Amino acid sequence: MSGSLTQRAMTWWTFFRISVEERLVYRVDYVIGTLLRFLPIVTQIFLWWTIFESAHAASSDGSEFAIEGYRYHDMVAYYMLVTVSRAFSSMPGLTPGIARQIRDGEIKKYLIQPVDLIGSLLLQRVAHKVVYYFVAILPFAFVFYLLGDFFPNGWPPVDVLLVFFASLVLSFLLGFFLETTFGLLGFWFLEIASLTFVFMLLNFFLSGHMFPLELLPREPINWQFLVDILPFKFLAYFPAAVFLGKVTGAEMYWGLAIEFAWVVVLILVTRVVWSRGVARYSGFGG
Amino acid sequence: MPARSTDVATSAKPLQPAYGKVLLTFARNSIVREMSFRTNFILQSISSISWALMNFGLYKIIYSHTRQIGQWGEHEFFVFLATMWIINSVVQAFFMPNADEFSELIRTGNLDYALLKPIDTQFLISFTRIDWSQLTNLVTGLVILGLSLFQLTHQATNPLVIAPWTVLAYVFFLACGTVVMYGLMFTLAATSIWLGRNQNLYTFWFYITNFYRYPMEIYQRGALGWSLFATFTFLIPILVVVNVPARLLARPIRPNWHEFEWAFAVLAVVAAVASLAISRVVFRLALNSYRSASS
Repeated sequence: MSGSLTQRAMTWWTFFRISVEERLVYRVDYVIGTLLRFLPIVTQIFLWWTIFESAHAASSDGSEFAIEGYRYHDMVAYYMLVTVSRAFSSMPGLTPGIARQIRDGEIKKYLIQPVDLIGSLLLQRVAHKVVYYFVAILPFAFVFYLLGDFFPNGWPPVDVLLVFFASLVLSFLLGFFLETTFGLLGFWFLEIASLTFVFMLLNFFLSGHMFPLELLPREPINWQFLVDILPFKFLAYFPAAVFLGKVTGAEMYWGLAIEFAWVVVLILVTRVVWSRGVARYSGFGG
Repeated sequence: MPARSTDVATSAKPLQPAYGKVLLTFARNSIVREMSFRTNFILQSISSISWALMNFGLYKIIYSHTRQIGQWGEHEFFVFLATMWIINSVVQAFFMPNADEFSELIRTGNLDYALLKPIDTQFLISFTRIDWSQLTNLVTGLVILGLSLFQLTHQATNPLVIAPWTVLAYVFFLACGTVVMYGLMFTLAATSIWLGRNQNLYTFWFYITNFYRYPMEIYQRGALGWSLFATFTFLIPILVVVNVPARLLARPIRPNWHEFEWAFAVLAVVAAVASLAISRVVFRLALNSYRSASS
């Protein structure tokens, strides 16, 4: 049994190594891409600067103005941290890629390969992300150094930092299995481009990518409740909120546990959808 | 535009295509194509509207915490936002699919066919496809514009009065803004003849338009802000695109225009003419160095 396990590990390792080498080809693209990722932050800085300045001028007391607990520097810091979360949880091309492979029939090869579709996609993504972080850490560090003033409290305590990193790793897995499940719907619907678009939309809004989720109103629709029962908030909001100390103590650990539970649930869902889909699928020709 | 097909039949003069008719045919073909994927069309429309409403929601939330963003009150800001959507939807419906197709034509060598047709190539390339579903936000924009103007004209203190000439000027400057966007986009698309690929067209476009969707005053501070302001006003004049018509209509600062505003209005016209001319020149230059792709 142990022999087959090592064999399996070796297969996975080879697969991973090939993917890393494949990805290293794009390293310059990564550096430029990362710097571009932060470009929207520039307009956010100026927009929120103006908003907070106007609001502050109008408020009567001299204390620093805050929107739902976010002062100006918190707001900019939030957008910067969300960019970090998204670097972990976003999976460009995953959903449409799977749908295309199902449509083209390319999916057939995974039925006979030693590593199945989900396994090999996961390895490819891990390889992609690992290479990406190695290359992108420099531009990331550069931007955070440049905009360090928006973090007047500096680094959070070690335990918070650990939870922050754990939540980022989990957000990678969550993003992966969410998008894979969506892609596998291609077994049932031939064209899922518009479905993907709706998913992206929900993701953008409910994950906190667009703005801190505390800003969402409770009336007339209780959006707060909605984002709490959905997994999307872990893709962008949660890690940033942990870092900024918006979620602390027991609530923070509970959040992490719930995120973990979501990952487990989605792994199971992906497996079920995959086996159902394969059972339904028929491949023809070569 | 008058149809000149009868002239062609009776005289030996070089072929004069009827641009108006051709344009109508393009529009009709695009509708036929979109209607053959109806569900897709509906979903696209819904998602366009949702994007707009999400944006609207964000600013609604912001305005529940502050009464002003810079000089812009809530309804005035929504006039700005609506103007942005109107221009954006026109750009995405008419220019975006064609600019995208253009780089594809170059990559595959299919531009040959376009060059052979007896019609102005830039015209043909620019208007072949229309993405009708993108026009949903034109409607959203007009609705929000109407509602905000109603609020502004009916508010108790200092109600806005809109003169007929203001409406005309608004439409005129909307057109100028749209032309600026057209010129920029096709200049950008034409460069793919030299670069060979243009996958980054959308990305680049996204980052550029990221700057034009806000009132220009927000950049007027700090060294970085002023340099962004100067770059996107004079070098790549995207800040005048929405700002001039929106300010003209909502007039957030003073009841009357001052030299400052007039200068920007003139700049909008100059920018429109210049970017159209530049796109024409760049397009010509690019075509001269086009060398097809195998065969």
